[in-house]
Amino acid sequence: MKFTLSWLKEHLDTTASLDEIVSTMIAVGLEVEHVDDPAERLEAFTIGEVIEAEKHPEADKLRVCKVATNEGTLQIVCGAPNARAGIKIAFAPVGSYVPGIDVTLTKAKIRGVESFGMMCSAREMMLGDDHDGIIEAPPEAMVGDPVSRWLGADDPVIEFEVTPNRPDTNGVAGVARDLAAAGLGRLVTPTPEPVKGEFPCPQKIGLHFPSGAEDACPMFAGRVIRGVSNGPSPKWLADRLRAIGLRPISALVDVTNLLTYDRARPLHVYDADKLKGEIRARMGEQGESFLALDGKTYEVSGAMTVIADENGVLGLGGVIGGEASGCTDETVNVFVEAAYFDPLRTARTGRRTGLHTDARHRFERGVDPEFVVPGLEMATRIILDICGGSASDILVAGAPPEFKHVVEFPPSEVARLTGIDAPPEKSEEILSSLGFKVSRADPWLVDVPSWRPDIEGKADLVEEVARIIGFDALPAAALPPRSAVERPKLTRAQDRRRLVKRALAARGMLECVTWSFADERNAALFCDGAQWLAEQGLVLANPISSDLGVMRPSLLPNLVSALQRNADRSIDDIALFEVAPGYVSDRPDGQRALAAGARLSNPKRHWAKAPARADLFTVKADAIAALEAAGANADQAQTSADAPHWYHPGRSGALRLGPKLMLAHFGEIHPRVLKAMDVDGPVYAFEVFLDAIPEPKSRPTRTKPALNAADLSPVRRDFAFVVDEGVSAEALIKAVRGADRKLIEEVSLFDVYQGKGMADGKKSLAVEVTLQPRGKTLTDEEIDRIGAAVVAAVEKAVGGALRA
Amino acid sequence: MSEIEKIESETLARIAASQTIAALDDVRVAALGKKGVISERMKSLGKMDPEARKSAGAAYNTLKAKIAAAIDAKKTQLENAELDRRLATETLDVTLPIAPLPKGRIHPVTQVTEEIIAIFSAMGFDVAEGPDIEDDFHNFTALNFPPDHPAREMHDTFFFNEKEDGSRMLLRTHTSPVQIRTMMSQKPPIRIIIPGRTFRCDSDQTHTPMFHQVEGLVIDRETHMGHLKGTLEAFCSAFFEVDSVKTRFRPHFFPFTEPSAEMDIGYERVGNEIRMGAGEKWMEILGCGMVHPNVLRNCGLDPDIYQGFAFGMGVDRLAMLKYGIPDLRDFFAADARWLTHYGFDPLDQPNLSTGLSR
Repeated sequence: MKFTLSWLKEHLDTTASLDEIVSTMIAVGLEVEHVDDPAERLEAFTIGEVIEAEKHPEADKLRVCKVATNEGTLQIVCGAPNARAGIKIAFAPVGSYVPGIDVTLTKAKIRGVESFGMMCSAREMMLGDDHDGIIEAPPEAMVGDPVSRWLGADDPVIEFEVTPNRPDTNGVAGVARDLAAAGLGRLVTPTPEPVKGEFPCPQKIGLHFPSGAEDACPMFAGRVIRGVSNGPSPKWLADRLRAIGLRPISALVDVTNLLTYDRARPLHVYDADKLKGEIRARMGEQGESFLALDGKTYEVSGAMTVIADENGVLGLGGVIGGEASGCTDETVNVFVEAAYFDPLRTARTGRRTGLHTDARHRFERGVDPEFVVPGLEMATRIILDICGGSASDILVAGAPPEFKHVVEFPPSEVARLTGIDAPPEKSEEILSSLGFKVSRADPWLVDVPSWRPDIEGKADLVEEVARIIGFDALPAAALPPRSAVERPKLTRAQDRRRLVKRALAARGMLECVTWSFADERNAALFCDGAQWLAEQGLVLANPISSDLGVMRPSLLPNLVSALQRNADRSIDDIALFEVAPGYVSDRPDGQRALAAGARLSNPKRHWAKAPARADLFTVKADAIAALEAAGANADQAQTSADAPHWYHPGRSGALRLGPKLMLAHFGEIHPRVLKAMDVDGPVYAFEVFLDAIPEPKSRPTRTKPALNAADLSPVRRDFAFVVDEGVSAEALIKAVRGADRKLIEEVSLFDVYQGKGMADGKKSLAVEVTLQPRGKTLTDEEIDRIGAAVVAAVEKAVGGALRA
Repeated sequence: MSEIEKIESETLARIAASQTIAALDDVRVAALGKKGVISERMKSLGKMDPEARKSAGAAYNTLKAKIAAAIDAKKTQLENAELDRRLATETLDVTLPIAPLPKGRIHPVTQVTEEIIAIFSAMGFDVAEGPDIEDDFHNFTALNFPPDHPAREMHDTFFFNEKEDGSRMLLRTHTSPVQIRTMMSQKPPIRIIIPGRTFRCDSDQTHTPMFHQVEGLVIDRETHMGHLKGTLEAFCSAFFEVDSVKTRFRPHFFPFTEPSAEMDIGYERVGNEIRMGAGEKWMEILGCGMVHPNVLRNCGLDPDIYQGFAFGMGVDRLAMLKYGIPDLRDFFAADARWLTHYGFDPLDQPNLSTGLSR
């Protein structure tokens, strides 16, 4: 919403400066976004007078002028056809910035003749579109005067954001009311004077709504003005509309726009001679369409409120009028409409058609229901003044929607909700100045004015009082402490995510935050396909772009494509991770806490050691590190080679607790998946399901169990077993451990061999077994017995034999 | 010179002359070995009369001890010399570079969220969370956005496809639905912050379709807007790590608060840096207000008994302001250079006792 300072002053008698007005607007909640003060913008430009203008010796179209300026008489070369002796012009000195051509002037030589500054056109100063010649100021302008004083551009334009709750500030009058209440001046908005009709209204009007839809347009009023002469608006009106960014069209139309911005009261004017029969408000019918004023044809639906005559739809109520019935310069008889359209239907129609008009903006937020006829009277008066003619009586169909709203308001509410200790007199004064009527009963009864549909209850009145007093008056107070020392605040799940992030970063990985969305094609590779995504409801109806079309079931598609984006910039040795949600359905409980990482490994060579390339076991270690950070006992997890299908079938695995509880997947990403994503592999990745990790038992104390350090030296023995190549190391280690649960403290696998000297289909696994005697040393016989037990256990469990 | 003196002087001379451990050992064998000079002499003691044996025995024992000590001393000397010789050959180029460990980093969103949690924890706020995929009730209706109200258009909402019953789920446009979930499931007093992902169908230089918010909610019987102001001012100076901040509260509109405000904080630009807290310019930081009576009612709380405030702010934006990160869109691009540059060492765990950042 924009208005000019002079426009505001028609409603507000004030001596306040522009700065005071702007800061007060901000203080009362009218958020000023931009102030354009032409006096400031045009500060560099002053009035000059052309004393002589001679033809340039080297160019027919240029003139060499002597110009009287505030810097003395200067020589200026000018190409404008109207540059001639005697005129007053806009002078831009050397060093000034000329916005229209985006140039800071320097002393110039034009075809060999020196030129000190410039005489500007309207367009060069961004005062308008005119560029036919330099702008001419009135003869009475004095050399050295600011240009803004003489060229009709000294009126600052203020632009502010109208919040949806304040439809009244869609008109300048509403702004003035707030400012007056805040003590910035006296509200002098004139009350519209009725224009007595000179004849009965010849245009029939009517409301034709089915039962239940009457509120679509409860009131429709209008009158005919005969014998008008339409045409361009007078300068004051055209200038005013132009200043706020509107294009003047014709006097009749411009008057409706004036009322829209002055009183937040949209109106419509029809060429009465183009209307056939009764003009009525009704619901649209499927199949109807009309050509709107924006030159486009709109289909009408049964949910839209339309204005129609016997020939069909003339316009969409509260949104836009039609081309066919619109006023032109030839219009002689005009029908002026003032109606009340309900906010919800107007909003829906606006959304359906995509039309953002000034009328829609106001009707959907709620116009003053008691200003329908006054608005019509006011428009009539201005039309008669500008276009002449004679007005009929006003016809009214229906009545304004009932607006009677009294709020019970204990004045103590202000202090209760804001802490501001406002005396009741102050609250009453503020409410009265905003148009509320206060009856001092107990509690107060506050009558809400018809232009404030936002005021619902006590809290709204508190805001009115507080914002006019100013939020600077809020006392800054600390919340009382809940306990002397605060208790821990993170939930287990939150703390797990924190620890997992730190643990993975400590492993040298970079934490990313990627979209919760994914490309549907990529996401489909990391679940049971596109069909599954659709069935689970994970497809967005209105994605921002096609590559962010679904909610990701896994973090991996985004991480893997991020690896490739980095590789494309020659960063191909990186490890990324993310701890964030993945989604399995479009229900609030269809969200899982995941931790995932992906590695692209091309380590640099180093003089001291062979580069350690990330592999399956790097990501297995990543997954275990994440699990342990999250508090899982990774030692108890079973590893199996059954990762999902987006992993390499032979180089991937899963970690579980028991047969069912899946903790993690890890491994090489399937080459086909990488190919489909156009990623150069190999890529190793893992994904940990944080929600699956069991809650630890709660403990009454933090006491740790006593240290059980053995006094006696441990005994170490090596065993190498030949087993079938399909035997898993985990099974063998488990068997060894089980051979003597008391004495065997550690089993570490130190060699895996397959190849020469080993039969086909066989491999050798070598383990070092640490025996920890307690109480007494082990005899050779005891050690041999345990050795035999180890061999027997391995043989029984995995069919292995000691390697010869 | 007695014989003993002769043996002593000759043996000590040979010890001194030994150049190697092996030569020294030969001297030891020749003197103290089974068939060594001193051993041989001591064997002959038995043939002496008791008196002579006593004095000669004592003399030989003294000699034996003296020689043994001299050999030990020489041995240590030779070993040291040997070690020094070996060490002199064992030089490495200490300027050779070490193998660098990859440096992991924590994303600024995580870091700043933890900073915010640290501050509000100290003020007694619990940390609550809720789902990203929400229904219309929790995201809008319960928060006093009536159906079709223009305020809904302030939120460019992502929707899922309509279900058979005509309902459709959406991505939460703010963290405020968690206010509703909390108030409906727990009795006041409530003092929570709610960090999380939020979504709006908007993408340009300063907007991304996903971003992060932290919401705050306090509900009890006495908290008023002055507490809101005090809490947020304390938060801002703690977060920006300055002694105090200049703030400005402006009336604004949010459907779920009444009165509503936006908070600006003063700042100045010095070179490329933005200094928050002081200065002549104002920057909008967050929206806030007293929880709207309708919202309380929608959660089954009587607004004449319970009252409190709520606020919401952008985590990404706070990170940009504090750490001078220029472009929001880079937050979600997973560019290793950006993550390394703007990310944080995993050892830097924000807490108030050490200061939030270093």
